[in-house]
Amino acid sequence: MLEVTGLRVSYGGIQAVRGVSFHVADGEMVALIGANGAGKTSTLKALARLLDAAGGSVRYRGEEISKLPPHMLVGSGIALVPEGRGVFPRMSIVENLQMGAYCRDDKAATAADMAHVFALFPRLKERAAQLAGTLSGGEQQMLAIGRALMSRPRLLLLDEPSMGLAPIMVQKIFEVVRAVARDGMTVLLVEQNAKLALQVSQRGYVMESGTITLTDDSAKLLATPGVRAAYLGE
Amino acid sequence: MNAPTRPIFFDALRRNKSTAIAATVALGIVLAALPFLIGSHLGNSWLRILDFALLYIMLALGLNIVVGFAGLLDLGYIAFYAVGAYLYALLASPHFGLHLPVWLIIPAGAALSGIFGVLLGAPTLRLRGDYLAIVTLGFGEIVRIFLNNLNAPINITNGPQGISGIDPIRLGGVTLAKPIDFLGITVPSLHAYYYLFLALALLIVFITIRLENSRIGRAWVAIREDEIAAKACGIDTRNIKLLAFAMGASFGGVAGGLFAGFQAFVSPESFSLMESVMVLCMVVLGGMGNIPGVILGGVLLTLLPEIFRHGAGPVQQAIFGKVLLDPEALRMLLFGLALIVVMLYRPAGLWPSTTRRREFRGDAA
Repeated sequence: MLEVTGLRVSYGGIQAVRGVSFHVADGEMVALIGANGAGKTSTLKALARLLDAAGGSVRYRGEEISKLPPHMLVGSGIALVPEGRGVFPRMSIVENLQMGAYCRDDKAATAADMAHVFALFPRLKERAAQLAGTLSGGEQQMLAIGRALMSRPRLLLLDEPSMGLAPIMVQKIFEVVRAVARDGMTVLLVEQNAKLALQVSQRGYVMESGTITLTDDSAKLLATPGVRAAYLGE
Repeated sequence: MNAPTRPIFFDALRRNKSTAIAATVALGIVLAALPFLIGSHLGNSWLRILDFALLYIMLALGLNIVVGFAGLLDLGYIAFYAVGAYLYALLASPHFGLHLPVWLIIPAGAALSGIFGVLLGAPTLRLRGDYLAIVTLGFGEIVRIFLNNLNAPINITNGPQGISGIDPIRLGGVTLAKPIDFLGITVPSLHAYYYLFLALALLIVFITIRLENSRIGRAWVAIREDEIAAKACGIDTRNIKLLAFAMGASFGGVAGGLFAGFQAFVSPESFSLMESVMVLCMVVLGGMGNIPGVILGGVLLTLLPEIFRHGAGPVQQAIFGKVLLDPEALRMLLFGLALIVVMLYRPAGLWPSTTRRREFRGDAA
């Protein structure tokens, strides 16, 4: 579904991503793990077209998307949950979810999808009219994921969903991510929490200073001594 | 806080159709009778102030689209007012000997200002907040300085002397500069201008309300709240931002054209940074993003300096028996104080939108 080859991202003269290649197959959940500053988020931002790539190609369902303007991606089925959540603080939960369906005009199906999001996150339903800015960090992350789902994506890009959240919240959110993936969603998950990411995903890529240094099935990566030492604190 | 009383009042209006109609009719009668009441009780100077209040409402509503809805801090907004005003002045005055009709110039002014809005917006798409404020401030000053200096080598704007003898606004062969006989009633010039400005201000209010509740309006708010999230929702942030600049600027262009016809004189002095700041104050003080609030801000900030100007003398006379301080000097001092007091006690503005009121009170639900 997604084929990335030789992707490079630079900030000024500094190369943050130095020729990264990976792929995500249909219905698969793939984790991109690595330490802070390894270039994970830059990679994802370049995929979502929030940054201009300095080089390389990104093919989505066979089509080159690395030159498309960002708003075109949503229509083609890619949804990003931005780093640090990025909900609209002065909009209610319902309004936030409606913004997720901005590119759609099928009212009935949108309402059904909102009911689905509320079923996934009952906590959001309880607070439907509350302003998003007054929610806890975990609830905002739920809302950000729910909003991304409202565009009916085929490919969900998750940027550090566990960042700054209490462990119990992280568990809850990953349960939902797993449930969404089980329903057939293709997911690319960028995470610092390597253990959790490798537990929920099928395959993983390890990123270090802008390059992918290791790739394997997630279960095998979890057992690899180097990964255990570097990212799992053992 | 006694804030709930007002929402209840408006809820009643919303729920009860006949009450709403009655309120609209009552408001219509008040607005229609206002110039006659003010003209006969307070005199022509206050009528002129009233006419200006309507122009400022149009400006404030235009700036509200950029600052209030889209969250783009613009400190050079008055440049669009200047573009509209100078276009009118150049196309309908002895300066070039052109005397084009109003119905052509005002839409042209709106369009040209809109284009200037895009010209300002395009290079600043990546800027936000204070950086954007600096660039827009520069833009406003550039336009003013151009108007000031474009009298050589070819005299286009007549420089600091400005352009005088501008044609008054004529509608269907009737000039608004002289009293008009309408169904046996004599409508004096200032009254006629009032009705024209009121009609256009209402049109702008209508357009703004429709925009606010449209997909475009929601996209503006989304960009204001979080630009990256807005992009992630599939909003074409570039075009939607440019549209905000263009729409806001076109309202300013309309107001500018009316100003030129009304004043019969334009000069760069009228378009100083202070004017931009004034319009921004109207938006912020009234209640950013809330249309009734912005209108209230426009009216109050036009009237307050005049009230201080006219009131400071007599009040001093009554208290101290003589005028201690020059009312002209005192006026801006009092005005500044009023701004500070409002911002301290009503940080969300005098009449904020429901969301902002909730946010500033820190309500959870």
